[in-house]
Amino acid sequence: MIQEETKKATYTIPVGPIHPALKEPIRLALSVDGEEIVDVDIFAGQVHRGIEWLGMNRNNPVQSIYLAERICGICNICHPFAFVMAVEHAAGITPPPRAEYIRTITAEMERIHSHLLWAGVAAHEIGFDTVFYLAWRVREEIMDLIEYVTGNRITKAMFQIGGVRRDITEEQFPRIRQSLDYYKSIFDQLKRVFLDDRTIRMRTKNVGVLKREDALKLLTVGPSARASGVPKDVRQDQPYAAYADLDIKAMTPDMVTGTVVGDVYDRIIVRLLEVKQAIEIIEQCLEKMPPGPILAQPKTAVLLKTLTQVEGEGIGRAEAPRGEVIHYVRMEAGQSTLATWKVRAPTYVNLMSVPTILKGMQIADVPITFASLDPCMSCTNRVVVTDRAIGRRSVMDYEELHRLSVEKTKELPR
Amino acid sequence: MERLTPQAIIDSFVEELGDGFFAGSVYEREVAVKKNKFRSLWVEVKKGAFRHAVEHICRLQKYPHLAIISSSDLGAEVELIYHFTIYYGHHLEELSLGLRVKLPKSDLKIPTITDLIPGALFTERETQEMMGVEVVGIPDKRRLFLPEDFPEGVYPWRKDEKGPPNDMLRVLPGREQK
Repeated sequence: MIQEETKKATYTIPVGPIHPALKEPIRLALSVDGEEIVDVDIFAGQVHRGIEWLGMNRNNPVQSIYLAERICGICNICHPFAFVMAVEHAAGITPPPRAEYIRTITAEMERIHSHLLWAGVAAHEIGFDTVFYLAWRVREEIMDLIEYVTGNRITKAMFQIGGVRRDITEEQFPRIRQSLDYYKSIFDQLKRVFLDDRTIRMRTKNVGVLKREDALKLLTVGPSARASGVPKDVRQDQPYAAYADLDIKAMTPDMVTGTVVGDVYDRIIVRLLEVKQAIEIIEQCLEKMPPGPILAQPKTAVLLKTLTQVEGEGIGRAEAPRGEVIHYVRMEAGQSTLATWKVRAPTYVNLMSVPTILKGMQIADVPITFASLDPCMSCTNRVVVTDRAIGRRSVMDYEELHRLSVEKTKELPR
Repeated sequence: MERLTPQAIIDSFVEELGDGFFAGSVYEREVAVKKNKFRSLWVEVKKGAFRHAVEHICRLQKYPHLAIISSSDLGAEVELIYHFTIYYGHHLEELSLGLRVKLPKSDLKIPTITDLIPGALFTERETQEMMGVEVVGIPDKRRLFLPEDFPEGVYPWRKDEKGPPNDMLRVLPGREQK
């Protein structure tokens, strides 16, 4: 009974699904004792779009590449990357080496832009908007480069089963090197801003600590795991594409500070180091890029015909900016869609560490701590949405919202 | 801890599980220019030996990484694959290990592994709500992604009569119902 009474003393604060401190919809129920958080419960599922279901019931595998690209706006390379690798694994298709290098270059460009985007968001979360503006201005350079190389800032449509759809030619190299040189020239300044600034240190040191043991038990991946001292990185452990030719090392915070704490500050260090690493990887890829074709089968109709006859299964694993992405596909002969498609985005597992890292923190630390995992809700929630549950409306659809909106406009006093 | 070769791992499963072991295979693929190997292992076990197999994986690697549980509706049975990775943290050493177990539709039950791997909770909850596989002993039975008012007994990943009925699916304008 005594325990009951203690439970009553806590107070539950719901945060989200839509909340200014969270960039994407998720609901956290924080049980607090005064200012201190004693327990956290997570409610996901606010942005389900039925993507896997569509891949299993409506789309052919080539259409699903573009759907995979739309799982997340920020990681629009790593999802199609893992997806095409899974289909290639199932169908026994080997992409030409040049395509592997182009894939790697685009994936690393994505890492640079994603980490800089995160750096801005993190600064914004602690109310340091000057740094937020700085980080996002600096990020524009890589966005311009991505547009130059792929033709688009987001949803680049570079991937095809068995290769890539666009080449990177010799004439483009100087422009790419120019952007990389720009980042190398400002890297020390960025490092100083993020690692030496007093405000940032005060708000991030010993905040949101995730111990190594907990990271391993809760299956944490990506920079969040590496910041806790788990040197887990698919590019190093089980290299795919051109990473297999390069000697990649997982970045851990002790490379800068000598110790691993596993706090928000360490997560900043890891992401900064990875920006630098990404620049080096792109440079090496440009140097070593082999000549040759970029597609194993340039004719999409032929490719689709081959894919309908495939019987098999495969996995594709890629290291996204937020951690490991894994796609599993199962294909059955005579079926134009995939038989099974399972997507695991990094935030899916990283969310499980949220209760652990928030416990004992103050409410004011929630935004920066939560943001330090760089959670991506649209990646995690992509499974099934049913627009109308039988008999009653469970989710409001666009038409209904639009109708309400029009009505409200009409009711405005003239 | 000593790291075994892929074939030695399969042999260790045979030795450990005996009759519970069903099949095992090693898949290798050469990557990019240097032709380094991408290796994955597939092990299928009988339902009764499933817990034992996961315990064995925990002995091969302290804290094995469970990426996800994928599930397929094969008609008469449901296939679950537990996608593990072991030997991570070292250059080129990591192995993907898919632990496969098939459940007959008359008895869709699988024991929980959250006591061995606490982080398995989310994917077990998802398998439960999406495929209708009952995870016995799961510490948190709630749904993960589906809304609370989603009807009971409808499992979106199923391809039989328990899958979403046609009247739950909205057909986009200009498309026909499949």
